[in-house]
Amino acid sequence: MPSSLALTAIIGAPLLGFFMTIVWSRAAAVVASLTSMVVLVAAVFLAVSVSAHGAVLTSLGGWDAPLGIELAADGLSVMFMIVSGAIVLVVGAYAQHEFVHPGTETRSGFAFWPLMLVLLAALNGIFVSRDFFNLYVCFELLTLSAVAMVTLNGKTESITAALRYLLFALLGSILYLLGAVLLYAQFGSLDMGVIGQSVSSSGAEILAAGLMTAGLALKTALFPFHGWLPPAHSGAPPPASAMLSSLVPKASYFITIRLWFDVMPELAGNPLTLALGGLGGAAILYGSLQAIVQTRLKMVVAYSTVAQLGYLFIVFPLAGGDSAAQPWSAGAWTGGMLHALSHALAKSAMFLCAGLFIISARTDDLEALRGIAQTMPMTAFAFTLAAISLLGLPPSGGFIAKYLMLTSAFASGGWIWAFLILAGGLLAALYLYRPVRIMLSLPKQPGQPFKPISRWWQVAPLVLALGAVFLGIGSNEPYALLQIGRPVAAETGL
Amino acid sequence: MMTWASGWLIYGLTGATLIGLGLFGFASHTNLLRRILAFNVVGSGIFLVFGATGFRVPELGADAVPQALIITGIVVALSATALAVSLITRHASLSGSATLPDDDREDR
Repeated sequence: MPSSLALTAIIGAPLLGFFMTIVWSRAAAVVASLTSMVVLVAAVFLAVSVSAHGAVLTSLGGWDAPLGIELAADGLSVMFMIVSGAIVLVVGAYAQHEFVHPGTETRSGFAFWPLMLVLLAALNGIFVSRDFFNLYVCFELLTLSAVAMVTLNGKTESITAALRYLLFALLGSILYLLGAVLLYAQFGSLDMGVIGQSVSSSGAEILAAGLMTAGLALKTALFPFHGWLPPAHSGAPPPASAMLSSLVPKASYFITIRLWFDVMPELAGNPLTLALGGLGGAAILYGSLQAIVQTRLKMVVAYSTVAQLGYLFIVFPLAGGDSAAQPWSAGAWTGGMLHALSHALAKSAMFLCAGLFIISARTDDLEALRGIAQTMPMTAFAFTLAAISLLGLPPSGGFIAKYLMLTSAFASGGWIWAFLILAGGLLAALYLYRPVRIMLSLPKQPGQPFKPISRWWQVAPLVLALGAVFLGIGSNEPYALLQIGRPVAAETGL
Repeated sequence: MMTWASGWLIYGLTGATLIGLGLFGFASHTNLLRRILAFNVVGSGIFLVFGATGFRVPELGADAVPQALIITGIVVALSATALAVSLITRHASLSGSATLPDDDREDR
């Protein structure tokens, strides 16, 4: 299999699967699983090929940029593709139990599978696009499928949450599009490589980059634009929440990273890095405090996403800083990327755990889950493992990520960022300790108030949580892979 | 020389005005349908500006790339609008309200 075929397949296969799941809705779950397997295999193949020969590139239909569409995969894109392919595969296996009931057809059972595959196609499209307009189309596709996923259960609160999400997302995409138009007016091209070579720090470029960053921040739910995220992510059915919370904000973050590190590092100065880092720090503190006071498990997990997304933006000031600190900034960049990946695995595991608890206890009220670990030890274990990765305890992927970010913060003398990273860890311990304590404590009255759940169903979150831990234990390979095609600015600083 | 400049400018400035009007409408209205209309006004403004940039080097004639991208952009905006309108009607029939719960101030 040549790598150009694999690059086409990671977008083409889920799109094909999407049509098949609509036409052949009775076998939708099987089609979706097979498709996500194909995508995962193609992503792993690309990873092998990238680590052997460096970044791969293909021009669709033989048309080269700037007229044609180029797809390219470097270490960063294949890592994101593998993790999202794996998450979608496991979430799909979980969703078989939730949505497939032979003989009955429900709206959510019908709509979930095509939406899941469109989401996967859009994500992969974002990870391999090298063109700002392509990225725009892909993340619009991503947003529309994500918004539709929020509405799956059809409740009034979910529709309201979806509408609020859509309004934020529309504003975000319009700001991004305006920025892209200004870039085209300036350069006569939307290709990242072409623009990257001729950046000249003119006013139009600064305005364009600012508009695009603001639009992307809206879509990534960076504080203070986070308001739509908790109701939307907690209102969706658990398999949908798992993908929404772990993968969708990462896609717009991925574009932000490409924009600043690959295309226009020259434009990024202290004002930008401090603003993004400051908002990220505020997100860590605010999201964690909100997570502490929530009384519903899904809301705790959703606010934890707001906090964890904050870390991703601390990468900007850490990768900037003064020249003496710059040997460390590649550590900050790699740490940020590893954090995005391990958070994706841990957070999807947590939402799937929450989904199982809801089915067993019929509510996600924290107090009602008292003693549920006795009925579902495996799921409680998976939740705790995921919590360990979010806290950044060794040997998890979250630990390696925070360790890299902390080292670069100390080395560059960025005490305030080190403080925020550590404070975020402590606050996460506070908001995650409470659900774990409630789960593990003894039930109030004897007897089994909880519905038993099949073992196979409980495996899904455990696989994802183990993945998050494994990202730390086996971090050599991902670390080496991330360095392939790493932007120069990740090393020299923004 | 003057003729192309004026045409280019008229389209660009009209687009910029639409973007401003649309953003104001998006921020100031709470009625969901009006906000979606405002989103479309901003979108049209951006497409006009984009189209105008296609003529920035008059010696080369009109650049076809913006036209192709505008068509794609219109399709994207149309699908977003369709999804939004269907959500708004569903929201209205479930809750009986044309605004989101926290935006208590109704438009006239």
